[in-house]
Amino acid sequence: MSSFTKTFSSTLGKKLIMSLTGLFLALFLIVHLIGNLQLFNDDAGKAFNEYSYFMTHFLPIKIVSYLLYASIILHAVYAVFVTISNNKARTVGYAQYNGSANSSWSSRNMGILGTILLVFIVIHMKTFWWEYHNGALPYTQYVTELQNPAAVTVTELQASGVELMHSSYIDAQNGVQVVVAKDLYQVVVEAFSHLWYVILYVLSMIAMGFHLYHGFQSGFQSLGFDHNKYFPAIKFLGLWVFSIIIPAVFAAMPIYIYFLTQ
Amino acid sequence: MILDSKIPEGPLAEKWSKHKFNLKLVNPANKRKYTVIVIGSGLAGASAAASLAELGYNVKVFCFQDSPRRAHSIAAQGGINAAKNYRNDGDSVYRLFYDTIKGGDYRAREANVHRLAEESVNIIDQCVAQGVPFAREYGGLLDNRSFGGSQVSRTFYARGQTGQQLLLGAYSALNRQIHEGKVKMYNRHEMLDVVVVDGKAQGVVTRDLISGKLETHAGHAVLLASGGYGNVFYLSTNAMGSNTTAIWRAHKRGAFFGNPCYTQIHPTCIPVSGDHQSKLTLMSESLRNDGRVWVPKTQAMAEQIRKGQLKASDVKEDDRDYFLERKYPSFGNLVPRDVASRNAKEAVDDGRGVGGSGKAVYLDFSDAINRLGKNAIQAKYGNLFDMYYQITDENPYELPMRIYPAVHYTMGGLWVDYNLQTTVPGLYALGECNFSDHGANRLGASALMQGLADGYFVIPYTLGDYLANIGPKPIDTSHPAFAETQKAVEDRLNKLLSLKGTKTVDEYHRELGNIMWEYCGMARNEAGLIKAKGLIQELKADFWKNAIVLGKNEELNMSLEKAGRVADFIELGELMVDDALNRKESCGGHFREESQTDEGEALRDDDNFAYVAAWEFTGENMPEQLNKEALVYENVKLTQRSYK
Amino acid sequence: MSGNMNLTLKVWRQENASDKGGFVTYKAENISPDMSFLEMLDVVNESLIKKGTDPIHFDHDCREGICGMCSLYINGRPHGPKRAITTCQLHMRSFTDGETITIEPWRATAFPVIKDLAVDRSAFDRIQQAGGYVSVNTGGVPDANEIAIPKVIADEAFNSATCIQCGACVAACKNASAMLFVSAKVSQLALLPQGQPERYRRVQSMVAQMDAEGFGGCTNTGACEIECPKEISMTNINRMRRDFFTAKLFKEEEI
Repeated sequence: MSSFTKTFSSTLGKKLIMSLTGLFLALFLIVHLIGNLQLFNDDAGKAFNEYSYFMTHFLPIKIVSYLLYASIILHAVYAVFVTISNNKARTVGYAQYNGSANSSWSSRNMGILGTILLVFIVIHMKTFWWEYHNGALPYTQYVTELQNPAAVTVTELQASGVELMHSSYIDAQNGVQVVVAKDLYQVVVEAFSHLWYVILYVLSMIAMGFHLYHGFQSGFQSLGFDHNKYFPAIKFLGLWVFSIIIPAVFAAMPIYIYFLTQ
Repeated sequence: MILDSKIPEGPLAEKWSKHKFNLKLVNPANKRKYTVIVIGSGLAGASAAASLAELGYNVKVFCFQDSPRRAHSIAAQGGINAAKNYRNDGDSVYRLFYDTIKGGDYRAREANVHRLAEESVNIIDQCVAQGVPFAREYGGLLDNRSFGGSQVSRTFYARGQTGQQLLLGAYSALNRQIHEGKVKMYNRHEMLDVVVVDGKAQGVVTRDLISGKLETHAGHAVLLASGGYGNVFYLSTNAMGSNTTAIWRAHKRGAFFGNPCYTQIHPTCIPVSGDHQSKLTLMSESLRNDGRVWVPKTQAMAEQIRKGQLKASDVKEDDRDYFLERKYPSFGNLVPRDVASRNAKEAVDDGRGVGGSGKAVYLDFSDAINRLGKNAIQAKYGNLFDMYYQITDENPYELPMRIYPAVHYTMGGLWVDYNLQTTVPGLYALGECNFSDHGANRLGASALMQGLADGYFVIPYTLGDYLANIGPKPIDTSHPAFAETQKAVEDRLNKLLSLKGTKTVDEYHRELGNIMWEYCGMARNEAGLIKAKGLIQELKADFWKNAIVLGKNEELNMSLEKAGRVADFIELGELMVDDALNRKESCGGHFREESQTDEGEALRDDDNFAYVAAWEFTGENMPEQLNKEALVYENVKLTQRSYK
Repeated sequence: MSGNMNLTLKVWRQENASDKGGFVTYKAENISPDMSFLEMLDVVNESLIKKGTDPIHFDHDCREGICGMCSLYINGRPHGPKRAITTCQLHMRSFTDGETITIEPWRATAFPVIKDLAVDRSAFDRIQQAGGYVSVNTGGVPDANEIAIPKVIADEAFNSATCIQCGACVAACKNASAMLFVSAKVSQLALLPQGQPERYRRVQSMVAQMDAEGFGGCTNTGACEIECPKEISMTNINRMRRDFFTAKLFKEEEI
């Protein structure tokens, strides 16, 4: 075995991979959240759709997104490895186990929380990512008057033999900006008009909160970081930003849209 | 038989170095042809095994615990003495030697004690090199504290767990040799006999405590480092498993037993709380550096305290009798252990004891807390205070501790010569299980010193001489003596297993303990000892009739283990009584009521008893033969010990 | 005596390593609150012996919280309900009259049960044999005061060195991980100057042995440091990780 194989097959090394992928995913959440804040814009999805296009067509971001998919897979696969070897370390369990006396619920249930999140990610990606890339999405044209940016005309374009594609240009003659975009926003609105779907999202975000409550600070520890002057800040971030604010804002999106559609 | 102590000629300070030069060496290539058996993995055993393996010998180590690191050396709290004179307070090798001889009430060999003092400095160096985390000062250098019976600060310590840290050092050295393949470790194995071939120790019979399998092991020499026999008293500060079996079996194979009656009663232990008590917990006597020992001045007041009508903290200063400070103004609370213990007993016998049972005195920290602050006291003794609180449910920061003496250490043990060899050639005894170095009383922080000196710095030299003399001829277990000895062990186990009486082994042990504590404890007299001898003989006969030993040999059988150990303790108890009867003087931990000064101090009789009593086994149920090794003092003048 | 208690014990009994084992219920009567937990078991055992029943086997030795031999899993927690003590220091005043107490052995694949409540912890010895030492021979070492060690470092090393090798960390961990133990041993020597020459070899050998023994991995639940009778901190684990990654990823020497 090479040194690297030995490293990453050791109990510490496996967790190093989980930590790096997990923290990367957590970092991505911030970007994802900021982008998705566009959903709260009252612009018939123009900004959101432009953002979606940018995210899927800008090369560096595309590279990062593949890293992201790899991270999700690695994180999940290693979680399975780690769980299997940890289960092997205790084949006969205790008749009475009082885990709450010495550890947080989250820390003891990362596997379950992670599985919920994995299922969620699959559904989430099917609904939006798959649809965006492979589905027959409508195109919407946004015409904005340059003099008066508040005046926007929104038209859903009909397919008429010509293949529709994303475009964005300034029509100087008419003094307008024209944006034609694949309308992912409509998919979002449609999805979140179903109550069960909203509930699924909210529950998943709660699971994510618990997962990150333990996972964020644990990820730093798995790297070996726990300086007593700085580690409290990590714990604070993990609690407030990653396990409360981020999941709460994400959860607010389906709720907001649900009420918008009612 | 004339005992040859093999003390080298020449001036005291040169004896050891000259002796080391005169000892034969084993050629490095030949060392690997020798096998050495070590029984016990405490400070003495682990350090000896590691050092011998480093030299190239093959070593087999046996311990009854599940890991060598659990040997009871681990529990030593206070520290280890060394004549480093890092404090510039007048310490020297000679002063440590002198203090130890005096502390031992002039019943130890000068040459051995001087060697111990010489090697003390090397021990600290060795342990630091191994990574033992001794306490340090802000400047980064080692810290020291003073300890009972000494007026210089020469005690090195690692918070309240010096023993654990030193043992882990020795254990790590041992582990390194196990890793190198030079040491073969046998955990959960108990030695049940020594195999003597042509008058020389050449092996042992052991029992695998898990499977019950009896095994024989051959070696060119057998080193016993099995610790003390304080558990003969049932209640002691020893670990539950500490036992005399290894040395008692060796004794029956011809090793003389030296000064069996010398037992040390440690003054600062947590008092007994009830009949269920299984062991006593010691608190480091370093506590006496800051704690003040007292009882109420009057019996009436003590009575009120015992009934719970009066709180210790409410007793006025004028109503307290700080008896150690009163009687020993220059040493005060820091008098040696035997003196402190006896005075506590006196106060209790005088009806001024405190606590529910009345068998306790106070150790009060309120002055120190007022003077140094609670934090300083916590930093020094935090773990001891926590332990006390845990056991008694009383907070020692608010109420004075209750303490009472308890059996702690046995100065007696197998008789050994200057080379640590017993009267059986090839059989050595190291650490607490030998009789050497501490005389009739051991000074605080000296047990660790002796165990490590024996193991790291004495035996690697002296054993080489013996091995060089016998030559590296191959050795195995084919000699009929091995099978015979194993058979004897087997018969004894079967005899024990056949006991299907009505009393548990623990009950016998407790009874033995009561007899020993009552008649052969802190104070002894002729009538009591004679009575004790009769009681022990009755107990022994009853044990072999009425004890219950359950189960079979071929399993993990703690009934059987205990039964074998208690049977040995009973026999040893009788020998201790014999020895105490024979020694009509008082000295150190051995206090014969018939022999005391007007002030109630131990009164020695140097004309008649300046000797080591070495007892020789003559046969089952036969009286043991007393042999005497005269103690010759060329350097110190024998005086009445005084700590006033 | 007033205030004495009657308790029901559910105790794991298992004749030997190959036996399947199961729980047996016993009554512990007239138990004084001043008894230690092990003394309570002594009392039960005495009565079992008198009835001709094999006593409950449990490991114990010093009974003052330092040898690390006692190892009972009591009511779902190693060393019972109180913090920072071993089973032998647990006193019956921590329980209430009439209570049912479940007593189990440490559970870990690397700690097979030997009999009843006693388990084989020799894996811990083997981990230390793999490198938990400073390679110095007896003799020929420098004077103790030639190596100045800052007090904070010495104290921190001491804190790591207080580990008594009882295995409560493994017993408590939902993954039966031995990280706290191993890291305490690694840390003690990693902190001290004496341990520097072998620092990066040591961590690699010890971690490799730990993995080979079949202990689980650390998921930072923190149960170990809560249950450790010597309150050894998880900081040690993080220190071990730093040393391990440094050794594996940046040091050129291969182990």
